[in-house]
Amino acid sequence: MFFVTALDNNIYFLLLSIVDMSSPLMYGTPSSRVEGTPRSGVGGTPARQRPDLGSIRKAPQVDLHSDADGAVASEQALGQKLVIWGTDVNVGTCKEKFQRFLQRFIDPTSNEDENAGLDLNEPLYMQKLEEISVVGEPVLNVNCSHVQSFDADLYRQLISYPQEVIPTFDMAVNELFFERFPDSILEHQIQVRPYNALKTRNMRSLNPEDIDQMITISGMVIRTSQLIPEMQEAFFQCQVCAFSTCVEVDRGRIAEPAVCRNCNTTHSLALIHNRSAFSDKQMIKVQESPDDMPAGQTPHTTIVYAHNDLVDKVQPGDRINITGIYRAVPMRENPRQSNVKSVYKTHIDVIHFRKTDEKRLHGLDEDSDQKLFTEERVQILKELASKPDVYDRLSSALAPSIYEHEDIKKGILLQLFGGTRKDFSQTGRGNFRAEVNILLCGDPGTSKSQLLQYVFNLVPRGQYTSGKGSSAVGLTAYVMKDPETKQLVLQTGALVLSDNGICCIDEFDKMSDSTRSVLHEVMEQQTLSIAKAGIICQLNARTSVLAAANPVESQWNPKKTTIENIQLPHTLLSRFDLIFLMLDPQDEAYDRRLAHHLVALYYQSEEQIEEEFLDMAVLKDYIAYARTYINPRLNEEASQALIEAYVDMRKIGSGRGMVSAYPRQLESLIRLAEAHAKVRFSDKVETIDVEEAKRLHREALKQSATDPRTGFVDISIITTGMSATARKRKEEVAQALKKMIQSKGKTPAMKYQQLFDDLRGQSEAAITKDMFEEALRALADEDYLTVTGKTVRLL
Amino acid sequence: MRMWFVCRFCCPAAQSNSNPEWEAKVLEYFKGQLREKESHSWVPSLNDVPLHYLKPNSLVKFRCLVQDMFDPEFYMGVYETVDPSTKANVLRCGKYKDVTECGVDLNSRNTVTAERQTFYCVPIPGESPWAKEISFLSAARVVPSTSYVPSRQKRSYEEDDDDMDTQPQKQREPHTGGMGETPQIQPHGNGDSKRQETEAPSSQTTAPSDCSSHLDLNFPLPGERGPACLVKVYEGLDSFKLNDTLEIYGILSVNPVLTVLGEEKDPSLLLLNPTESMETPEEQRAHDPPASLVPRLHMLYARPLQHNNPLLPSAPTEDQSAFVSSFLVEMASVRAELLAYLTHVLLGDGLAAEYLLLHLISNVYTRRDVLPLGKFTLNLSGCPLNSYTERLYQIVQQLVPCSYRLSMSLHTMNSMRLVPKKDYVANRLVSGALQLARNTSLFLDETQLEQGQLDSSGVRNITALGNLISWQKVDYDFSYHQMEFPCNINVLVTSEGRSLLPSDCQVPLQPQVTPPNMEEYLTTIHMAQFTSQINKFRVYLSLARTLDYSISDEVTKAVEDDFVDMRKDDPQSVTAEDLHRMLVVARLLSLSLGQTTLSRDGWMRAKHIDMLRRSRTEQQKSLNGNEP
Repeated sequence: MFFVTALDNNIYFLLLSIVDMSSPLMYGTPSSRVEGTPRSGVGGTPARQRPDLGSIRKAPQVDLHSDADGAVASEQALGQKLVIWGTDVNVGTCKEKFQRFLQRFIDPTSNEDENAGLDLNEPLYMQKLEEISVVGEPVLNVNCSHVQSFDADLYRQLISYPQEVIPTFDMAVNELFFERFPDSILEHQIQVRPYNALKTRNMRSLNPEDIDQMITISGMVIRTSQLIPEMQEAFFQCQVCAFSTCVEVDRGRIAEPAVCRNCNTTHSLALIHNRSAFSDKQMIKVQESPDDMPAGQTPHTTIVYAHNDLVDKVQPGDRINITGIYRAVPMRENPRQSNVKSVYKTHIDVIHFRKTDEKRLHGLDEDSDQKLFTEERVQILKELASKPDVYDRLSSALAPSIYEHEDIKKGILLQLFGGTRKDFSQTGRGNFRAEVNILLCGDPGTSKSQLLQYVFNLVPRGQYTSGKGSSAVGLTAYVMKDPETKQLVLQTGALVLSDNGICCIDEFDKMSDSTRSVLHEVMEQQTLSIAKAGIICQLNARTSVLAAANPVESQWNPKKTTIENIQLPHTLLSRFDLIFLMLDPQDEAYDRRLAHHLVALYYQSEEQIEEEFLDMAVLKDYIAYARTYINPRLNEEASQALIEAYVDMRKIGSGRGMVSAYPRQLESLIRLAEAHAKVRFSDKVETIDVEEAKRLHREALKQSATDPRTGFVDISIITTGMSATARKRKEEVAQALKKMIQSKGKTPAMKYQQLFDDLRGQSEAAITKDMFEEALRALADEDYLTVTGKTVRLL
Repeated sequence: MRMWFVCRFCCPAAQSNSNPEWEAKVLEYFKGQLREKESHSWVPSLNDVPLHYLKPNSLVKFRCLVQDMFDPEFYMGVYETVDPSTKANVLRCGKYKDVTECGVDLNSRNTVTAERQTFYCVPIPGESPWAKEISFLSAARVVPSTSYVPSRQKRSYEEDDDDMDTQPQKQREPHTGGMGETPQIQPHGNGDSKRQETEAPSSQTTAPSDCSSHLDLNFPLPGERGPACLVKVYEGLDSFKLNDTLEIYGILSVNPVLTVLGEEKDPSLLLLNPTESMETPEEQRAHDPPASLVPRLHMLYARPLQHNNPLLPSAPTEDQSAFVSSFLVEMASVRAELLAYLTHVLLGDGLAAEYLLLHLISNVYTRRDVLPLGKFTLNLSGCPLNSYTERLYQIVQQLVPCSYRLSMSLHTMNSMRLVPKKDYVANRLVSGALQLARNTSLFLDETQLEQGQLDSSGVRNITALGNLISWQKVDYDFSYHQMEFPCNINVLVTSEGRSLLPSDCQVPLQPQVTPPNMEEYLTTIHMAQFTSQINKFRVYLSLARTLDYSISDEVTKAVEDDFVDMRKDDPQSVTAEDLHRMLVVARLLSLSLGQTTLSRDGWMRAKHIDMLRRSRTEQQKSLNGNEP
């Protein structure tokens, strides 16, 4: 009747295979098994105990048994009036209702990934039962919101009396299942696992009224215990006559039989461990997620018990939604003490786990079910969106303490909204980047860090790192050995953590080259590849990068190009959609406004400020709403406008033999236009969006890609690291050098310094060592010569 | 006196009454009583009176900082007991109590489950000895007038006195002087028997304080002493925040049962009762420490403290406004005296003294999105080496109610925990040195820093200090994520050259005198001040910080014009940053003179001293530039 399995760490667990256990009222009460429960076709499939519903049996339930026994025979006649003691649940009606729910419930609008592949116009749960018969996993997950929309009263009963109602559901499902698939073989009977109970969302709002009710909370796993074998049934054997008896564990206690019923010897019974029944159990500590917490308080934790197959389903660090029954157990009463602590221990018995972050690894969009907006809130947001100046309003609401820099704020605003996510994987290009990346460079002390801090505080998935303090590992992911379990765990870094958010990187220029190199993949492909310690994977890092860099020479040198000023590789720079310079404009009117702004900052009261600007909370919700619900697409006119804009950009340069735009710039324009449409809550990208995108893009270019030597905007400064004129110069020097070497006749080897001096003497323009080396490199590339140490050889 | 009676009476009376109205009434009553003048000083304070002199289940107060907030717990608000002999059922009240009466009927339908939360509170970290002492003495003045076992009270002073032996001699002097003033009510007649009586408890107190070392009481600063307390909070849970400083009035509970329950470990029982075995020993130690060491306090009423300066009326009542207006008259003269004193201390450097004074009254008065306004971190560079900074700290400590000196040596930076960290095994927030109460003076001594390698924790600590200075926030480490806690800490950095940490303003010290014996020089300056004088300074510094401040439209205009003009002359040298700083300086300067609005004069003065300071730093720079 029992199987005993010994695990290596001396933990025994027993699979109960009690044949006769289908009555809902008998769940977990093997000692009170009753014959003659209604069952058809359940046949030889064993039922399994549900410790998650609790083995705590209240004494009054004895009354219930007599009721139930009587009811079995004449259920039709009497059943309608009988309810389970202490509740208003009638087993018969409850079962019927649930069967009706299973057979009829249709949810055509379902978008849960669990329902993928199911026909949404057919009864949902019947399809799931079919799935069970095929797959053989005897668990039926039921969404409580479905139950609620189908039968509100049934839902109420489920929430209020889960301990009684869920077994009834189990019974109903099994009857239905074995009627339909009489030949199915399952490991044990189907267990119903409801989830998404709407009653409670937040750990903080749990209160004494929730005790013994079904709740759903979200949180993060911080600790899991080892597997604990919990005794369900104790097996006693008489030392005298070998008579055996089973005693059920009640509230963690075993009532040891004092007298052997067979031979009447007192105190002769001994507990036989390996014939007792155990179930698996695991303690999990869950901490409330940081988003749910009021400021200035510490997060709460709750103890959760997982049973049987839910053991080891979650790992520390996982974010999960837990559906379970909230329990409060009085502290153990000590027989040796007369008074006890008046505190209860609380925990949750889990019925259902749902990881909320596992999707991040699978690349599905998770925003959809994250944030729920109330009707009124949506109304406020829509009202705001309908205002003609919403774009300006929002941009001025952004970091009000930072003065002016309107275009930069607009750029960051568009970054916050982001473009529309497009999928081209069918045509082989994969995902198209929708995130806007922005680089701010400029003099120290122009509140760049403050902007970054503000953005980091504004977005829910923001990460803030400083280039100085972060390593490649800290940005990407690393593999760590868990000290407790000795298991290798993938710890994600800032970039992965800010998936779907913004990663703010301060002091971008101070970052080491190796660290910066990981950004290449992230900023264009939006993924992160990891091959470490035997773990090879590709993580999504669909993060927008907002970086700030200081010029190399502490002060911005207007005579130099952007690249020369910040000394960043152009390959990386070209991945930024917008590059802004934050410089001091040095103009009187500006100074006056700045002074006014700052003084006002220092003496205006809090209320005055709030009247002037949009609330940060509204801005947050506005962005979240737009990101979730608005997916603008280009209309015909807008596409035409974009094409024109691109052609125009190309034209500007072509007159001077320079390329002033690359497809990457076109992509940037599209993203910016889409983001601008999102700001307006518009489903169409229209010409005005393109106009603004063009304007902003031009502004940023004007600042960052103007060739200081010629005064023209030259995109190649960003894309290739040097302006077209500079490239031309380089070419000239190389040619001059080649000519000079050729004029020297057949000398296979030359001294490096000698050559340099000669070239300097020959050329009319000043030639620096850098230029000379570049020229040498260019000739080496042509396979004309090689440089080894201090000698130059011709080939 | 009346208070004691009420308190001891109310609890048993309430037990037989399940009517929830009484709860509101009890609170109302206590609040009313405590509002009465002086009444709060009748209540003995856990800060001053050793625990074993306090009666269990009596009303006490505790001046503390909320160090950690534990999970909410459910308790039996109302429960039923069955008398084993008479079989009579009695309803009892579980509120404000840790332990139930005997014979609880767990299945009773009358049981009402209620919710409460536990806060782990520690005495305000870094509280200056003078603040402790004065509040202790003021309490002592009152207590003997009640009949509350004065002889025991009396003894406790001496014992506390012993505790203070660790402090430098000079601080002890005024203390003993204060002792003489307190009325000696108890004649020392039958001293012997009393001595015997008191000897035992005092030896007891040393024992727990020893064992407190292995039972970590989680004080934010090393070397702190005093009782930590588990405060059970019943009302207004959301109004309390971590790191709040509170004065809590509540019922003391030191039931030894609490300890016994915690220590008892019967392995066979544990096996069968998984709920209890789930708690790790660490967690049990953190959450259920012996009550003799960490008493429980059931909160009736808590008063948020704006400051912990015992010389000032603590509650914002009419009392206080009267006090403020009377002091405002004196303000300017006290300022002059204080400035002279600080000038002496800073070796005759008047400008540095001026800045130090402004720094000492600075305060983050509001935040604009992420930007804290009003902070004024001062970097005093060019400090003489050899214990000068240490003496300087001692003088600062004498002036402010809360302070801490962090000697930034390589070893401390690498090994010390500055940022609080959540320990998930013990399920508590392990404190760090940056978990400080508002307006604490943090004295960073960079002169102690030598060349060498900072390890990763050292880098983290430096980053944390930088964040603290720039944003006035500390990111607590919750292992899986970080959580930002705003703070309001006055940071003073002393260094040889320019500090490696950011600061709002750097003042190079230019000593005018070079005393041959620094130690002696500073001690003489300090001794020359009367206690009453020092007390005036203390009041002045705390008070100036609390004043309101505004700028009129007219002055705003003038400031704007001024800024534009300055930029015209030299746009490179005057930036928005400078305007930020000058506005803060102007604000502090006005407040230091007791002026609550900015005048044109005030602005010009602020500009002037900032200019002086800047020319000094320029000078320093060019000096250093020429040196190599």
